[in-house]
Amino acid sequence: MRQAKDNLLRAMLWGSAFVSVAILFTIVGYLFYKGFSYISFDFIFGDYSPIGGGGIFPMIVTTIYTILISLIIATPIGILAAVYLHEYAKQGRLVRIIRYATESLTGIPSIIYGLFGAVFFVATLKLGMSIIAASLTLTIIVLPVIIRTTEEALKTVPASYREGSLALGTTKLQTLYKVILPSAMPGILSGIILSIGRIVGESAAIFLTAGTVAAMPDSIFSSARTLTVHSYLVTQESGDIGLAAAIGIVLIVIILALNLSATYISKKFNKADY
Amino acid sequence: MVMMVTEVAAVNKQQVSTASAQSKILVDDLNLFYGEKQALFNVSLDIKEKEVTALIGPSGCGKSTFLRTLNRMNDLIDGVRVSGNITIDGEDIYASNDVIKLRTKVGMVFQKSNLFPMSIYDNVAYGPRMQGIKNRKVLDALVEESLRGAAIWDEVKDRLKTSALGLSGGQQQRICIARTIAMKPDVILMDEPTSALDPISTLKVEELITQMKKDYTIVIVTHNMQQAARISDKTAFFLNGEVVEYDDTNVIFSTPKDQRTEDYVTGRFG
Ligand SMILES: Nc1ncnc2c1ncn2[C@@H]1O[C@H](COP(=O)(O)OP(=O)(O)OP(=O)(O)O)[C@@H](O)[C@H]1O
Ligand SMILES: [Mg+2]
Repeated sequence: MRQAKDNLLRAMLWGSAFVSVAILFTIVGYLFYKGFSYISFDFIFGDYSPIGGGGIFPMIVTTIYTILISLIIATPIGILAAVYLHEYAKQGRLVRIIRYATESLTGIPSIIYGLFGAVFFVATLKLGMSIIAASLTLTIIVLPVIIRTTEEALKTVPASYREGSLALGTTKLQTLYKVILPSAMPGILSGIILSIGRIVGESAAIFLTAGTVAAMPDSIFSSARTLTVHSYLVTQESGDIGLAAAIGIVLIVIILALNLSATYISKKFNKADY
Repeated sequence: MVMMVTEVAAVNKQQVSTASAQSKILVDDLNLFYGEKQALFNVSLDIKEKEVTALIGPSGCGKSTFLRTLNRMNDLIDGVRVSGNITIDGEDIYASNDVIKLRTKVGMVFQKSNLFPMSIYDNVAYGPRMQGIKNRKVLDALVEESLRGAAIWDEVKDRLKTSALGLSGGQQQRICIARTIAMKPDVILMDEPTSALDPISTLKVEELITQMKKDYTIVIVTHNMQQAARISDKTAFFLNGEVVEYDDTNVIFSTPKDQRTEDYVTGRFG
């Protein structure tokens, strides 16, 4: 009986793992099946032509811009906020309210952020429809994600590390920088990777703040179109699923590359010369 | 001739040990509160230089709390209040707010090894580096000296660059001691340093403590009566946050003055 239960559980675990992997492979396989023939040097590095055909290079550049700018702003602010909440703030009502607020913020549909960005960054701050307005909006979207994951990561650092370090006559800041943050790094990293996914997956909020100009941006103050917005628009205009799939492949490659470099950078940081 | 030298040495040693039996830490009427709850009551102790002082007593009687007042680790806990006086080398440790200086002078070894997830070398060099020592040669020498001081150099000298977390529990605990020694402290506090170790590792750490006492003043919390009897010079018996009796270890274990001490050391309660 016990044996049978055990086998059943094992089968269920194996089954779930199989289903998840199978779904992933099906999607990726489908993308490649539909889109791979579109991929060429001209497609990736060519300029877009509105008459049909042409490349997606401007959108690749715009996508990378938005990811990098949002992360460069959101990561330090998010980590500092989490460190403050977890290590410095007196644990009381105020901190609980802030925590509850950040948690709620992660659940708000992104179109709301998009509308806010359109009103505040685009109009009030007069940034216009631009990469920078979109990046700032995305910063607000991913900030709660980074704060949450960093706080969770800080919670997993054993209290004994803190005590051990402080008992050696170090300051709180040294302890934070040399022991706590490096130990929390894997968790912080997963927050950053989640954020990259969130930024790349975003369309509505970007559509409302960066616009849809399908040309190479002159600067981060230009209106531009990200890959995700582009794939939505071309599918809608031309109904060409293959093209959208090809864009999907490019997106997957970009995400993989960014995740790998984030992992690499955090490893470097972890080995910082003590 | 050889005889004479030994005799002289013996006499010297005698003098050294009497001369060094002077006060290192003076605790006067110490009370400690966790919020509303009082954990230490009017504790007064005179801890001698270069001796091992053992703190014994049943669970929850305040041994760790007391130990942690000596390097002000209790400051980390919200709502802790302390009254009374603790002086080390005549200096009131609660008068100034320089806990950094205090903790470099008063090191601490914890119940469970709390080495950082770094190499053995980096663990031992951690404290000195945080004090601003960067010179590689100086650090190398300091690391070796500390590991030798903790009687673990021979076991780890070929793998200083590997993770400290790969060592056995007993080895890790001795690295913790080395890490503390690297700060060149005067006083080393130990909170049940062998309670998580097997008997052989325990014996090694005990031997080490006995050797270390020529250089350091050691205050050790232990649940193990034999251990207190084996390694300490003085023993303080704590009960419900008070010091019931404080005397030479052999007195505490053979002819204690208080009935409660006798009951405890003979294993009748606790
Ligand atoms: N952070 C804290 N907050 C509130 N009360 C505490 C705290 N730490 C310890 N206490 C209380 O203070 C008393 C003394 O605790 P302490 O840890 O010093 O005992 P101990 O003698 O070291 O016990 P053990 O032998 O189990 O380690 C206990 O009643 C304990 O519950
Ligand atoms: Mg204790």
